[in-house]
Amino acid sequence: MTLLAVDDLVVEHRSPGRPVVRAVAGASLEVGPGEVVGLVGESGCGKSTLARAVCGLNPVTEGSITFDGQPVTPLGLRRRKLTGIQMVFQDPYASLNPRRRVGDQIADGLRTSGDTTTTPADLLERVGLPRDFAGRHPHEFSGGQRQRIAIARALAARPRLLIGDEPISALDASAQSKVATLMRDLAVSSGAGLLFISHDLSVVRLIADRIAVMYLGRIVEVGGTAEVWANPRHPYTQALLGAIPKPDGLGVLPAELPGDVPDPADPPPGCRFNPRCPMVMDVCRDKEPDFGPVACWLHEPR
Amino acid sequence: MRRLRLPEAWRQPLAVVGGVIALVWLVVAVAAPLLAPHDPLAQDLPRLAPPGPGHWFGTDQLGRDILSRVMHGARVSIPLTLALVALSVLIGGLLGACAGYFGRWVDETIMRVADLVFAFPTVILAMVVAAALGASLTNAVLAVLVVAWPAYARVTRGLVLGVREREFVLSGRLLGFSAWRSLRVDVLPNVTGPVLVLATLDIGTALLLLSGLSFLGLGAKPPSPEWGAMVASGVEVFDSWWVATFPGLAILTVVLAFNFLGDTLRDALDPRTARAIKERAL
Repeated sequence: MTLLAVDDLVVEHRSPGRPVVRAVAGASLEVGPGEVVGLVGESGCGKSTLARAVCGLNPVTEGSITFDGQPVTPLGLRRRKLTGIQMVFQDPYASLNPRRRVGDQIADGLRTSGDTTTTPADLLERVGLPRDFAGRHPHEFSGGQRQRIAIARALAARPRLLIGDEPISALDASAQSKVATLMRDLAVSSGAGLLFISHDLSVVRLIADRIAVMYLGRIVEVGGTAEVWANPRHPYTQALLGAIPKPDGLGVLPAELPGDVPDPADPPPGCRFNPRCPMVMDVCRDKEPDFGPVACWLHEPR
Repeated sequence: MRRLRLPEAWRQPLAVVGGVIALVWLVVAVAAPLLAPHDPLAQDLPRLAPPGPGHWFGTDQLGRDILSRVMHGARVSIPLTLALVALSVLIGGLLGACAGYFGRWVDETIMRVADLVFAFPTVILAMVVAAALGASLTNAVLAVLVVAWPAYARVTRGLVLGVREREFVLSGRLLGFSAWRSLRVDVLPNVTGPVLVLATLDIGTALLLLSGLSFLGLGAKPPSPEWGAMVASGVEVFDSWWVATFPGLAILTVVLAFNFLGDTLRDALDPRTARAIKERAL
């Protein structure tokens, strides 16, 4: 049974005087209970927009998002009943209210889940922080500590799906994998699904059961982590993996990826990756490959 | 309030002068019955006597001691002004916060009304309102309130717009905060600083406007020792300069003191936000 099903999702950003930007242009994705899905892609490919749409923070233009069989409603001015989806945001310096003690902020999450036996200090302990931090204000903490507190607050609400929107990209290299593994362990042990968004493939490899690769608003490849890692099939995935520096010094230079990500307001015709693809064929310039799990004409299912 | 202790901002000469003057006036306001040498309403001194021993600020045309009247005037003007500014902050701030947070028709309605008030010259509108309500000190306060709240509404709205999309506010909403709780817990505490600066700077303006209405006969009624009304009665006897000068000086010093304090508070809090506010408030 799937917990979260994103089906053919389109999210458009409209601002007056500018062309409509299709940040997410027909993406489909599923997350099961207890499953960790890593969503990777370059900056500006629509990962964060997808995550925000799943939480109801961005309006859906087309397609559907179902959580637990129910459609996800946009977050309006009404009190949100759907607290089964919680999010950890990217910027640790904006994700906590600077005027309130962190214990009080974690207690908000506990109130959401109706949990009267757990205390904020218990949750701090679970995310690896000392219990007496509950009485302090956010400015007393480092970025990594704040992100742990944000995780504690999200988990206090007992979510069934936890979303991390690049929760580690603002952290020190030393804190990145620790926070990512912590998030994975806590989500999985509570039986929740985790949608982990990052542009850091090596961290995603550590924690994800499945990887979804996003390019210019579309998911181009989905597969088990080990499988994708060992045998990337979409040329874009191959280029992304090739761009990871190898610690042994024996790695090759990143594969040639000419040009930049095209403007999402004006995507190229046919396959969105065709102007940069080293294996481009005629069909790629005409028709968009709208199949999965690898959206590439080289891997068209028969 | 932690940042208010920043020493260098408060060690400026203007900050010290402003603080001392404001403190002196507050003491006078509290202790006027003990400090004043005469009954402010008793008409038992020689009429229009120039400043001298026994009546250091002179006497007015009814033989009342001007020093005592100025001191008792502090009991009228200062509490009223403070209450007035507090009410303006409360009403304007809440309306502005709702406009910024809820947006759409709430925003349109509140801000168009605010624009309506902004479109009139402040003093004229206050005069019209005070005249329509009838001349009394309470009505003068109401009149100034009508013209004073939009500045707070506008500033608060702008600040709330900046805060409401911040991630901790969104996190709260995802945890199931109602809009009111989100506004109260996450948004308002993060916009109070700059609004406080504006309020302190506004105390002087509010006092001036309130005295102005009394000066025009739309505020305090005659025996009451209100500064603006006293200046007005002094204008009738222009040759006796002391009758109008001393209450005028009282207004001047209070306005100056609170302006100095407001400037200091602004510099002590984040200077960048303060500059933005000043531009928007003007």
